[in-house]
Amino acid sequence: MFDNLSERLTQTVRNLSGRGRLSEDNIKDTLRQVRLALLEADVALPVVKDFVERIKKRAIGEEVGKSLTPGQALVKIIHAELVALLGEVTVPIDLRAQPPVVIFLAGLQGAGKTTTAAKLARRLIERDKKRVMLVSVDVYRPAAILQLQTLATEVGALHCSSTADEDPVAIVDRALDESRRAHADVLIVDTAGRLHVDNEMMAEVQRVHAHAKAHETFFVIDSMAGQDAVNAAKAFDLSLPLTGIILTKADGDARGGVALSVREVTGKPIRFLGVGEKIDALEVFHPDRMASRILGMGDVLSLVEEIETKVDREAGEKLAKKLKKGRGFDLSDLRDQLQQMIGMGGMGAMLEKLPLPGGINAAALKDKTDEGQLRRQIAIINSMTPGERKFPKIISGSRKRRIAIGSGLQIQDVNRLLKQHVQMEKMMKKMSKGGMKKMLRGLPPGMMPRGPMG
Amino acid sequence: MAMFKKKKNPQEDQSSRDGFIKRLRSRLNRGDSWLTYDLTKLAPGGKIDEDVLEQLETQLVSADIGVDTTERIINGLQRRLDRKELKDIEALGASLRGALLDILKPVEQPLEIPDAPRPYVILMVGINGAGKTTTIGKLARRFLDDGLTVMLAAGDTFRAAAVEQLQVWGERNNVPVIAQKSGADPAAVIFDACEAARARGIDVLLADTAGRLQTQQGLMDELAKIKRVIGKLDPGAPHEIMLVLDASLGQNALVQAEKFHASLGITGITITKLDGTAKGGILLSIADRLKVPVRFIGVGEAAEDMQPFNAEEYVAALLAGRQDN
Repeated sequence: MFDNLSERLTQTVRNLSGRGRLSEDNIKDTLRQVRLALLEADVALPVVKDFVERIKKRAIGEEVGKSLTPGQALVKIIHAELVALLGEVTVPIDLRAQPPVVIFLAGLQGAGKTTTAAKLARRLIERDKKRVMLVSVDVYRPAAILQLQTLATEVGALHCSSTADEDPVAIVDRALDESRRAHADVLIVDTAGRLHVDNEMMAEVQRVHAHAKAHETFFVIDSMAGQDAVNAAKAFDLSLPLTGIILTKADGDARGGVALSVREVTGKPIRFLGVGEKIDALEVFHPDRMASRILGMGDVLSLVEEIETKVDREAGEKLAKKLKKGRGFDLSDLRDQLQQMIGMGGMGAMLEKLPLPGGINAAALKDKTDEGQLRRQIAIINSMTPGERKFPKIISGSRKRRIAIGSGLQIQDVNRLLKQHVQMEKMMKKMSKGGMKKMLRGLPPGMMPRGPMG
Repeated sequence: MAMFKKKKNPQEDQSSRDGFIKRLRSRLNRGDSWLTYDLTKLAPGGKIDEDVLEQLETQLVSADIGVDTTERIINGLQRRLDRKELKDIEALGASLRGALLDILKPVEQPLEIPDAPRPYVILMVGINGAGKTTTIGKLARRFLDDGLTVMLAAGDTFRAAAVEQLQVWGERNNVPVIAQKSGADPAAVIFDACEAARARGIDVLLADTAGRLQTQQGLMDELAKIKRVIGKLDPGAPHEIMLVLDASLGQNALVQAEKFHASLGITGITITKLDGTAKGGILLSIADRLKVPVRFIGVGEAAEDMQPFNAEEYVAALLAGRQDN
């Protein structure tokens, strides 16, 4: 089984060769992989079907950019479509209403409503300097009220006490009164978890909601939820005027396809991600990050963009000119290359973003190619004289010893760098004839760290 | 010492069992119709072809069965179709039933509390919000009904009010709860509880733990420590490490089960919240992959809504059409 979509795609696109337009034929396999990957990420089936259909329509006839394979071009389309579907970044919480502004939380059992209530309170208190009151109308789960009360104390929020034998509607009425009297800016109402098919409980939450006069109504859902999440989301959306969605437990390793499903069926924006049990673990939602996560494709796109923007064009052009003039690729050029790689977060960061073919062990590669390694190589070059950098051939045994001492490394390290430079030089010569693409292909795995960017 | 295994009137036992199956059926098929119902509609002429199989594949995936396990089931049916063994909808239903049972039957191993050792220690683990504490409450009721004495250990010392939540369950069932203050070392709490249970001659000790995500290595190590510490008092303890899983979860539940299993060696699984419209299909993926015994399934709020897992009942409930209810 493949781990993620990028691996799936690497497998399918290997057979695609040449450039040209995307056609029904050359994307068929890839689309199937996309479909499976989305299903494995727990995106609901109807949503997956619509989505794949849309991708197909958009992709067919699309011209494939020069530097991309059809598979990569398709991924780009898929990612863009996912981001679009996941929605725009909106205001995290809308407080433009007469205080107390009521925030209402609803969802299934165990979704994390109570923890989320405390996290929201903390955010409002610390970031927005608001006076916040918390109230629980969960009269069912043992100690749910006490849980919220404890959390309220922890985050420094006011708490409207309630007991398990009260009517939730009465609690909410009282909480509104109390919050007004206490001059609270915000009142957060935590409700009992309930099943969307439990008509009685759904009617109850409607009643409570009507009394709460909520300004924001959030549906809280576990980011690990399965195919059934769409039904739950639909039912809650029908019963309550939802204004947003909060995904919890997003710090786990679930793909979070539920984000897509819930967003698609409710049309409501995702506002926050809960990312841990600590009360400050609440993040504003970013569609692009979630898109990459659902696809499980690391961050191929941002890598592509980064390579395009961060590689210093001027330095590249200078090098190209130099190479054309027939002058070699010397050690100062190598140093420039290494520095650019550090600028991009080192080889490790790049590797994480690249979908590596199955045979290559990313962790092992990363070990060899961390930023420290690059910095050590630069240190070696820095310990050379300008003459040595220009004409590495003059570096004799005693010079090597001096360089090693100067850079705080071993002679073997110096030797290794010089050897790499020789290989690199050869490749650069090839490149001046065949271009970047060809060189990348001819790159032996061992040479990966030595940075082919130019 | 209490009487062991006091059996209830067998007739009464049977009737509550029938009631459970009925509830299971009605709940699994609530909301959207499922499987057979749709299949009958799909093959009006009764002819089974690739389209029907594809539709079935869709249905299985929508039940969270997962792409892998679904593919295996469908491939098996496809082979039978190629051999012309699937003539009509009944044949398809029977084959599907067989395929599901092949996966589930091996994990149908009810939890039996032997006469020794005492206390029989059950360590409950799972992610946040899976339903560990509620499951403890229901299991306590169940063991009491079987004539066993029960004690609870409040090992969730992290979440606000978790101790109090367990204490409420203790009061409801009238069983002792061993607890310390919030923030105490869970291993110490559970160790104390083991000692107390032994001193009082308790039959079953149910130990609660804080919910944790499988990605939180530090917290997973904490569980391993709890297990180690309990083992000091009785090398065989904990006798059962039960993973509690929420039936509405998707494919990550499989990852959860795998990681908890790798860290702790879970010996049983309990599936909760099967009373939504979720089919708990992840159970099939887990059974298919991990082969860990499935102990109980829960289909509702009431204590009697938690029953030992029975593969045939579960499959029958899955395959029952709405019209059967």
